[in-house]
Amino acid sequence: MRLIFISLIALAIATGVGLGATWTTSTRGLSFGAVTIGPWTAWPRTGTSDIDPYARAVVARSGELPIGSGDGVAFVASSDDKGRPLDGRCDIAISGITPAARFWTLTLYDPQGNLVSNSLQRYGFTSQEIVRSADGAFEIRIAARSRAGNWLPTGGLDRYLLMMRLYDTPVGVATRTQKDAPMPAITTVGCP
Amino acid sequence: MIRWLFAILGGIVLGGIVHLVSVLALPRVATKDAYSRLTPVTNVNTVAQLPAADPRNAVLPFQDPAFATAVCRYDLSFGSIKFAVPVSQAYTSVSFYTRNEVAYYAINDRSAGRRVIELDLMTPEQRAGLPEDEEVTAADRLIIESPTPTGLIVIKALAAEPDLMPQARASLMSATCRPQNDPAAR
Repeated sequence: MRLIFISLIALAIATGVGLGATWTTSTRGLSFGAVTIGPWTAWPRTGTSDIDPYARAVVARSGELPIGSGDGVAFVASSDDKGRPLDGRCDIAISGITPAARFWTLTLYDPQGNLVSNSLQRYGFTSQEIVRSADGAFEIRIAARSRAGNWLPTGGLDRYLLMMRLYDTPVGVATRTQKDAPMPAITTVGCP
Repeated sequence: MIRWLFAILGGIVLGGIVHLVSVLALPRVATKDAYSRLTPVTNVNTVAQLPAADPRNAVLPFQDPAFATAVCRYDLSFGSIKFAVPVSQAYTSVSFYTRNEVAYYAINDRSAGRRVIELDLMTPEQRAGLPEDEEVTAADRLIIESPTPTGLIVIKALAAEPDLMPQARASLMSATCRPQNDPAAR
């Protein structure tokens, strides 16, 4: 009787630990093969046949199609350069230079990967359409209310993700540091 | 006391096994993965355009709204597939995914190096069954081997500005994805 009871406890612990660990890793993602540059993180191996089982679980669970490595690479950021989470009520600036690529796009998503609705139907920018200064530098303003220049609306969401995708780029599995891939800075300019 | 310790340790070890098994099984049992989400909106072996990415009706999460996207959900069990898409003005890419969303191959307009991206998709068995001489005539066609008999071909055309989206969608309209033994493909 006692033995059965103890076995049941052991099985309950096994279920809790096992499924709990699976849920955590497939929701948050693990950092196998991650390339982290400032606040930006990419998983170039996820776009190849060498994808690891944890990344496959994340992909299957979220329902996304990872970008193939012959197509490009996706960097995601959920916080600014100082590690402060991106807040849709604050003014956030993206500035600096981008790695070599034929095109890049910057898109704003809610944490589930949905676009954020706004009256302009502006969900992101491509490298072709942003307004640049004379020296080629750019600044994108992410804010709830309209801003001059390259304004990306947040819809006042309290948490969001930024995804920068580089298309036809040498950045990939071999990339390690900021020198290989100079990602732009993310700065929180001010909060109301 | 020692029995309880065994129960807890045994539970944690078993839990590790449960964790590994469930992580490996997840891609096979997931019901809201990309392939399952695309199944109701696509037909087998035909190209279907996805609606423009929009906050309310996105078929897949994390779609790039700057791109027009089309999907060919393929099934190679009746023979190989001939695929072709003309490149758009800005940037066109073709990515191949297995049934479980492993991106096993991707090509873009520049790496294809011509005005039309053309290729043959087949299983390794079908490729092994190709007659020798056909291999020679097929030399100028790219041959891709799919690790699984079913999967997805995702075709994307960039609209560098929102005004260019109709053009990007139009270039995907002429994409074709047909079984090889279909007379229309010859």
